[in-house]
Amino acid sequence: MKSANCILEVNKLSASYGRARILFDVSFVVHPGEVVALMGRNGAGKSTTLKAIAGMLAQRSGSVIFNQTDISKFRPHKISRLGLGWVPEDRRIFTDLSVAENLEVGRQSARPGSPSWTVDQLIEVFPNLGNMLNRPAERMSGGEQQMLTVARTLMGNPILVLLDEPSEGIAPKIVEQMAHMIINLKARGISVVLSEQNMHFAKLVSDRAYILERGEVRYSGTIEQLANDASVQKAYLEF
Amino acid sequence: MSLGIGDVLVQLLNGLSYSSFLFLVAAGLSVIFGVTRIINLAHGSFYMLGAYLAVSLTTLFPPTVIGFWGGIVCAALVIGLVGVLVETLVLRRIYEAPELVQLLATFGILLVIQNVTLKIWGTEELFAPRAPGLTGSLRLFGRSFPEYHLVLILMGPVVLGLLWLLSYRTRWGVLIRAATQDRDMVGALGVNDRVLFQVVFFLGTMLAAFAGALRIPVDTINLQMDLSVLTETFVVVVVGGMGSVLGAYLAALLIGLLHAFGIMIFPKITLVLMSLVMAVVLVFRPYGLLGKPEGAARKGILAIELPIKPGSLSFNVFWLGVLVVLLVAPMVVGSYLQTVLIEILILALYAASLHFVLGIGGLPSLGHAAYFGLGAYAVALATSLLGVPTLTSLTIAAFAAVVAAAIFGWFCIRLSGIYLAMLTLAFAQIMWSIALQWVDLTGGDNGILGLYRSPAFASITAYYYLVLSICFIAVLIMRHLVFAPFGYALRAARDSVLRTEALGIDVRLHRWIALIISGGFGGLAGGLQALQKGGAFPDGLSVSQSIDALVVILIGGVQTLVGPIVGAAAYFGVKTEIMRYLGDSWQLVLGLTIILLVVLFPQGIAGFVKQRAAR
Repeated sequence: MKSANCILEVNKLSASYGRARILFDVSFVVHPGEVVALMGRNGAGKSTTLKAIAGMLAQRSGSVIFNQTDISKFRPHKISRLGLGWVPEDRRIFTDLSVAENLEVGRQSARPGSPSWTVDQLIEVFPNLGNMLNRPAERMSGGEQQMLTVARTLMGNPILVLLDEPSEGIAPKIVEQMAHMIINLKARGISVVLSEQNMHFAKLVSDRAYILERGEVRYSGTIEQLANDASVQKAYLEF
Repeated sequence: MSLGIGDVLVQLLNGLSYSSFLFLVAAGLSVIFGVTRIINLAHGSFYMLGAYLAVSLTTLFPPTVIGFWGGIVCAALVIGLVGVLVETLVLRRIYEAPELVQLLATFGILLVIQNVTLKIWGTEELFAPRAPGLTGSLRLFGRSFPEYHLVLILMGPVVLGLLWLLSYRTRWGVLIRAATQDRDMVGALGVNDRVLFQVVFFLGTMLAAFAGALRIPVDTINLQMDLSVLTETFVVVVVGGMGSVLGAYLAALLIGLLHAFGIMIFPKITLVLMSLVMAVVLVFRPYGLLGKPEGAARKGILAIELPIKPGSLSFNVFWLGVLVVLLVAPMVVGSYLQTVLIEILILALYAASLHFVLGIGGLPSLGHAAYFGLGAYAVALATSLLGVPTLTSLTIAAFAAVVAAAIFGWFCIRLSGIYLAMLTLAFAQIMWSIALQWVDLTGGDNGILGLYRSPAFASITAYYYLVLSICFIAVLIMRHLVFAPFGYALRAARDSVLRTEALGIDVRLHRWIALIISGGFGGLAGGLQALQKGGAFPDGLSVSQSIDALVVILIGGVQTLVGPIVGAAAYFGVKTEIMRYLGDSWQLVLGLTIILLVVLFPQGIAGFVKQRAAR
């Protein structure tokens, strides 16, 4: 596959925390408008991969080509300004700020070639947020915070969003809303990479999947292939 | 003495005026800390620079209202830009470094600014022109009150209001508040954190410089301004809650009024009153009036290094060799070198005692001089007032330091990280101020002079052996504790408080004991120093004295037990050589050396060697 067809091309990405190496030559690609799931058990390296792409890990090597630009040496804010949004697993809401102020921190000016968002458009996608714009973010439920995290990143008008475990630890009803939200993003032409342990959720929203185990890519295929491959699921996903 | 309503009113206004001034300095420090997580010891230096530059500009400009206020505002803006320059040249390079390393860098900046100020403006005190149009006084119930102070009183609420508007009504304010909570996430959302930090530094240093500039018609301008403003600023910031501007305002009001009425009622003990208020506030609100618990630790206070292990055989043989050399040294070298060795040994003991809480306990004490200086004064007072012999006076010194450490430690163990550093610094600064202010007991600036050792230790060689044996035994005791269960518990708590408590270990109790032990040995080092120098001086309690121990440890490396010893030898050598050849430029060179060292070797020299060896 050539990079011209890809919105994101990760090539031999490695990363370490201190002396502990976490990722070993991870490579994968994302095509425009695609939803790709990075799957694997706890500690497989999913979150680390997303962090390394977003520039949040200083110790990284390999190349990351985003929209024809090599971003592997860029600092996080520059990566974000190119239109690559990152939604962290632990949400990292600014709890001292109101909901509206959280959105303001994420706001960037419109960028040619990617859909731009206003607060009103975001409220259409996340109706719950509309009623609590002036509420301090610390007085939100976990699910509401999860929505705010995604909405905050969308305020930067990204072309591609890295979603770290969007279905983890929230009520089933909100999980459903999250799935709708991802499908909604895809419909607007936004590419998504999500890290996920839950096969059911991944199957609802993704086109393709990669499986990580001990910091290496062990499997790649369409989501249907993976869903029908019981032996791969047993080897890498079940507990 | 009877107090009329006029006196009370005038003191009230004085207090409010002082509060406003304190608030301006503290707000700047608090804003910078909030976003960058750096305790900026050079904050007082920007305050001083603001005052000096304002004197020059207001003298240069025409003596009109516009000339005067133009000079004040220009001075604040220019120094704000100097702050940005310092941030860009030095601090930006070390945002990822451990917090204590950053702090050391700001101390280097303090030294450099001290020296540059001296070179530009000289050592003479400066007097500024008075503010045109505000030279008169108000009459209040038979008392007079200078009009200019009314401007100062207004300045506090005005700046508070402006900061509020900035924080809650502008995008920059929202970004600064967000970065105070999680600066990495702000960066990940597309905000250039470098620019944000520059803006914050500009704002913070400009506020400090503005406060300095505003004080020129009412204060004399001198080279001690930088450190003298630090104490009260730190008390205000700790009481108000780090990073909270409104908290800083409330605390400034509290401290300013206390100061004003304290002077009227108990002129000698305003600082003691202030420390009592701080203590009371911290018992009920460990993070200050409006502060919040420290956010998720972004990085350690110290560099990540290999765990401490008992030395290998060859290592032990080497240090045994060093001990033998030290034992026979007096037979070979003359009294000058023996004095040098005594100084190094005392510095090593002092640094090792800090290392015990810092490297082993993970408690970043910034006020270790409190115990060192107290030990020195205890020896001096015991010798001059009671006439006790040398060994008894040293025992008294250790005991005094143990008592102080037990009291200060009781507050300190409730806190961790940067809050603990600030609190210990504040305690030490209070001790320093007491030593300066309680002239009847301590001799103030001159210190207590004319100490003599008992006849048995009068000769330099005899004293050398006393110092060597005390330091050797003390270091051996601390080494033993490090490898005893007590030390394991401390080290476990340093690495994870929660997990250690889950194992059934009382972390606070262990830390309290560690602080007491460390304080005792620190006091002993101070006592030895007093007997060596023949006197006790306020310098022994100063920020520089605290920082000395820190420099020694960081040169030597934090996770090595011999680090303080290696560091003491290296630091002492460098410092005395610099002082000998450079005259009054020593601060500049020492400051630049510290900055360079911090940027190049964030792990310390011994730590650096150890890491290389382990590869």
